[in-house]
Order: sequence, then C-alpha cells, then structure tokens
Amino acid sequence: MTPEALLGGFADAPVQSAHAFRASLEALARPGTLQHLTGAIPPAPMSVAAGVLVLTLCDGTTPVHLAGGHDCGPLRDWITFHTGAPLVAAEAAVFAIGAWGALQPVSRFAIGQPDYPDRSATLIIEMPELTAEGPRLTGPGIRRAAHLSLPAITEFAVNSALFPLGFDCFFTAGQQVAGLPRSTRIEAA
Amino acid sequence: MTAGDYNFAYLDEQTKCMIRRAILKGIAVPGYQVPFASREMPMPYGWGTGGVQVTAACLTPDDTLKVIDQGADDTTNAVSIRKFFQRTAGVAVTEATAEATIIQTRHRIPETALTEGQILVYQVPIPEPLRFLEPRETETRKMHELEEYGLMHVKLYEDIARHGQIATSYAYPVKVEGRYVMDPSPIPKFDNPKLSDSSAIQLFGAGREQRIYALPPYTHVVSLDFDDHPFVASKAAHDCDLCGAADSYLDEVITDDLGGRMFVCSDTDFCRCRRAAGHTGRLGAPVTASRTVAPPPPPSPTRGEGGADPDLSDPGASPPPCGEGLGVGGHRHDIKETAE
Repeated sequence: MTPEALLGGFADAPVQSAHAFRASLEALARPGTLQHLTGAIPPAPMSVAAGVLVLTLCDGTTPVHLAGGHDCGPLRDWITFHTGAPLVAAEAAVFAIGAWGALQPVSRFAIGQPDYPDRSATLIIEMPELTAEGPRLTGPGIRRAAHLSLPAITEFAVNSALFPLGFDCFFTAGQQVAGLPRSTRIEAA
Repeated sequence: MTAGDYNFAYLDEQTKCMIRRAILKGIAVPGYQVPFASREMPMPYGWGTGGVQVTAACLTPDDTLKVIDQGADDTTNAVSIRKFFQRTAGVAVTEATAEATIIQTRHRIPETALTEGQILVYQVPIPEPLRFLEPRETETRKMHELEEYGLMHVKLYEDIARHGQIATSYAYPVKVEGRYVMDPSPIPKFDNPKLSDSSAIQLFGAGREQRIYALPPYTHVVSLDFDDHPFVASKAAHDCDLCGAADSYLDEVITDDLGGRMFVCSDTDFCRCRRAAGHTGRLGAPVTASRTVAPPPPPSPTRGEGGADPDLSDPGASPPPCGEGLGVGGHRHDIKETAE
C-alpha cells in the first residue's frame, strides 16, 4: 500500500457523508435528475462522485467489484483503506464500479431473491459525461417523463422488466451523479 | 455525556451507512420492506425508534426538522424527538410545515401539501400489513413474493359482511405501483390519498420490527377497495371549532363531564396558520398579536394554544411564519414570553 492511498478521504465524515447521502437519495428517488457529490479525491480513474458514493455507502460488510480499468492497485488500496470493503468477483458484489463496457455482461450481477429483492447489486457506472437527454424514463420518482444519457437501452429495459428483482444503478461523471432504480421503465426517446 | 460528545445525529457512521443502504433499496423497490439492523435507541420501542434512526441517517446540519405526533407539534413524543435532534445534531427546528426539510411524523400526514426537497419520515409500529392475518414471517414473506394478497381482500370483505362497510379506519392497506401491499403506518385513512403522487420522498422506519420501506415521489399508491364499496377518505362530519376548516382531519376533544365536546384540527400548525390568517371557528377567538387572551375553552392540558404549558413549549423552535406578512403573532414563543 502506498501513502497516497491514505489521502483523499472525507475530512469531516459525519457531515460530508450526510450531504452525500442526501444527494444520492435525491438521485435515486428522482431518476433523471443530476445531483452533485463532492468531498473525496479518489485515485484515477475513479471520478469524484463515484469516490464519494463509495465512502458514503461501502463498509466492511459490502463486497465491492472493480471492473476493467478501475481494477488497479491504487484504487484497490484506496477503497480497502477508507472503507474496509472486501474486493470480490462480479457475482458476489454488493457494489460494482467501472465503465459501462467493463461491467459487461451485466447479467452477472446479483438481482436479489424473489423473497428478498433488496439483496441485489448496486452498479456505479462511470460515464464520460451526464446530460438530461436521451432515452425516456418513466415510473416512480418521475412526474411525467425524464431523460438521461444512458450508455444503453436494452440492458436497462431487460433489468427493469425483472421488477421487483434487478440491480440498481448510479451513473457518475466528474462531480455529477444520476440514479436509475430498477423500477424505472426505459424506452428510446 | 454532553451533547458534543455524540457523533453528529447520535448514530455512529457505520450504522448510518447500513441504514442508508436500506433506504436506497427501499426507494428502488417501492413498498417492499427492507430488513435492517435496527439499533437500540435512548427511548423505548413504540416511541419512534425506527423513525428516529431513519431521520438520523438522513439529517444534514443544513436541515430544518419538524416533528409531529398525531399532527401536533407540542405533544410529548414530538417534543422529545425534536429536542433529541437539537441536542445531538444541532439542527434547526420548526413547527411550520412549509419551512421544514425533514418532517418526522407519528400517524399523520400534514394538511399542507408537501413539496420537492422535503422528506416525510413515518414512525411505524407494525410494518407488515398481513401480520394480523398471518403471524408467521416466513409465510407473509412468501405471500409478498407471490403477490398473494387475497387474504387482505377477505379481511376487507368480512368488514363489509359484518358492518356493511369497510370499517378499517386507520393503517388502511394500500397497493404501491400495482405490486406490493403496504401498511401506511397507522395514519387515518383520511390521509391515504396524500400518499399517492406526493412531491416529497416518504420513508417508513419500524425500529422494533427492523424494517425500512419507502415511497419515492410521484409514486402511484392505491387504497384497496371493491368496485361496489369504493374507498372513502372519511373524517368527522364537523368543521374545526377553532379555525373553521371544513377539509382538515379533526380530533374530538371532551371539554367537560356533561357531554361537552369540540372538534379541532389534528394538524396544529395548519390550524394555527388558519387562525392567524383570520379564520375563526365556532368556539375560536380571533388571534391577537399580544396573545394575552386565551381562546376559550382550553381543549386539553397538552393541546391548544391557550392551555399550553410553558414548560412544554420549545424554546429552540424557530417562530414559524404563517404565510407572507402573517408571522407576527400566534406562536408559542409569544406565550412563553408573556408567561415570563
């Protein structure tokens, strides 16, 4: 472990994680809206928003999967030091982090059990940018319809058809975060 | 221990992290009860330990907290929880619904429509709507899995067979987004329509039963009923005796031992704002700026502005405004100041 792994965490964890949670709650409860997350400086290639989500939601009880370019030494060390989360294969992950391409196939991730649909993975999908344009979203949390620049349509539509099973997603780009719970219905704009 | 020795909002960070994950899964599956590792809180079960844990996990120092118990800001449960978070989180508190960012409630939804940016946290005693029909958790879990809700309809039908109508008047079961049957906590069924398509996020915490569930904003929530016995959001057939409101949920208050009674708004903030705006009911007196004249008759020792015990009033609660230009008189601060 390098000394750099010790840097970049929350300076005031109770307050910063509280603000971060509220932003992530708004993001997931209102799919298609863009929220801001700040306070963490994770090693490359992880975005600030993804780093804040990890610090806010992960601990020693939440196995994390790092996909593709995110599965690198500095990031493994940073997550291990700051959260204590075990790093695991995709199938065992409670949180999976990576670019959309690296997370494929997403059918590997836990979708919960029929009697415990909450036992499903949460994907933190790193994006080059996020805009409120693209596929049309409807469902709980959305007044009429929302739009979000999703990296794909088919995979998310398949996931939402599994409801109440399925994984839930956060999309992160820089300091921005958007949420996509399994309850959201997706169609081409 | 002094207040400064506690972590922000009382709970330790790992506990809040665990509760936050449960809340997010609850948001993702509206109406499904997510198990969580409920902690012992410094208050007994039944006093809102679930709601308090959810509120603690959501609070930021920038929040303004309102706590109500059966609609009232000034009853023991509401005052205790408000003081708890004033001490352990240092947050601002208010009695005005529109000013609050987080509202913890026991058994009511405020009359004033909630807005985006607000979170309503319910205290839930028994989260499982099927529990009194089927005591085994293994069975009720299977029933939710299979969407097997016939038993609930049988219960409502038996109400009709015995009483000629659906006699369930509180904790009236609802179906969320056409999937999960959910207990809305023991709110009167008058409040059920407000569950649906709310602008606010609604979170439900059951401490003893260790469950959290949620309704995202703009979620479709339907009260169960039959075509020939449609759901009716009922209330007492009176107007508020203090503010004259015809459309708010009323409490019946016994005023003497000769059969005297009055009906008053259960939502104290709503009633106070209406009176400050000049509305007066059958027994209400106009609200004056000095507040030296108490409205007759005082309904009960812990209710009503006139009979309020200064010790129960909350010195930290910010004076709640009652709409624009009306924030001059009629709040608890004035009572306390005149009493002193």
